[in-house]
Amino acid sequence: MTSIAIIDYGMGNLRSVAKALEHVAPQTRVHVTQNRRDILDADRVVFPGQGSIRDCMHELARWELIDVIRDAARNKPFLGLCLGPQALLDFSEENGGVECLKVLPGRVVWFNELRDPVSGERLKVPHMGWNQVHQLRDHPLWQGIPQDSRFYFVHSYYLQSNDETLTVGQSHYCFNFTVAIARDNLFAVQFHPEKSAQAGLRLLANFVKWSP
Amino acid sequence: MGLAKRIIPCLDVDRGRVVKGVKFVEMRDAGDPVEIARRYDEQGADEITFLDITASSDDRETIVHVVEQVASEVFIPLTVGGGIRTLDDVRRMLNAGADKVSINTAAIHRPEFVREAAERFGNQCIVVAIDAKSVYPANEASRWEIFTHGGRRPTGIDAIEWAQRMAKYGAGEILLTSMDRDGTKRGFDLELTRAISEAVSIPVIASGGVGTLDHLADGILLGKADAVLAASIFHFAEYTIEQAKRHMLARGIEVRL
Repeated sequence: MTSIAIIDYGMGNLRSVAKALEHVAPQTRVHVTQNRRDILDADRVVFPGQGSIRDCMHELARWELIDVIRDAARNKPFLGLCLGPQALLDFSEENGGVECLKVLPGRVVWFNELRDPVSGERLKVPHMGWNQVHQLRDHPLWQGIPQDSRFYFVHSYYLQSNDETLTVGQSHYCFNFTVAIARDNLFAVQFHPEKSAQAGLRLLANFVKWSP
Repeated sequence: MGLAKRIIPCLDVDRGRVVKGVKFVEMRDAGDPVEIARRYDEQGADEITFLDITASSDDRETIVHVVEQVASEVFIPLTVGGGIRTLDDVRRMLNAGADKVSINTAAIHRPEFVREAAERFGNQCIVVAIDAKSVYPANEASRWEIFTHGGRRPTGIDAIEWAQRMAKYGAGEILLTSMDRDGTKRGFDLELTRAISEAVSIPVIASGGVGTLDHLADGILLGKADAVLAASIFHFAEYTIEQAKRHMLARGIEVRL
């Protein structure tokens, strides 16, 4: 039986992620864990997260998970969700500026004073709700998901990748921004597949079957 | 291409059972929150809100089980309101599988609670519910005031100032109910909705008074709401969520279909 470790470092509710994975892959063992050994031994790793980046980095250090995450992000199917992909970049503007894991090149930037280019109306932050995701290239995790499907988002900061070739998905909110990054065995999305109905469940099912 | 406006059905739950009789065709159990939530998900609901109206605190634990069951089967965002008073209440709901909690009276008793909850759990999961009503003080311009106890008890708090303060304290979203319109089927209080939505930078959900599909579209187009919440027009199968979305689309609103 294959196993998936969902990294639990005290940032947010991971029950929904676990339930959604169990729903799409009943034959898989899903651990919600902060145990280094469990994460190192798992066949696949999910790195979720909610809340602020400073707390996130602080908790990762406190649980001594930083080297384990870097290792998993290089060596096995690895899925980052929401705050997860933000933590994987070099640096975030949030909380006055926080150094992140530097697994992927780029920074995390605030949605500052957005205005609708047509109406001139102020756009709400957080960017909350169902937005379309434009798939920029084929990827096994997009398989079976129609182009421009909607996924559920809640975030006030967005990913700014320094390497455009890694961006596999974009959304539009005042401007186009990166919402999915892929490199080798790693796939990371800004949205919440576990809360994105059929499209989200399909992405999780694809992750469970993925052999990069 | 962009962010869709949301439709959120709201279910009142008393001791683990949905009340105000939801009536779908061929429904086995009209009071089962899991079955109803599944139906709404199939119809394309963007989120589901549960309002726990259980009076006795002994029975409050039942809503936790409801959320657990729904969250195991329905993979869209879930909000729970009613009786959220402490950080521990918030934690229990989030651990059960809720994505957001809606805080109402507890914020009025102690506004700092909103700040603490947002700091601890993140703004994204804190919704502040505002029940507002028009008041006409002598020798003053009319304004909207916050009411508690189902619209019976005035607080003296100005609704617009309160919304701004709650946003500053870290609310991620505002659920705005017009107590003048709630239950009337005359449509949202569009002036109120627009005033609040323009006063804050966080999303606003309009609630209270929906009787027709045009009311939903008006809430977005004229009230400037980011989402619309309704109960009875969906519960009694007057309209499906999909019909509501098609109608909104026809009026030029971006929706998820």
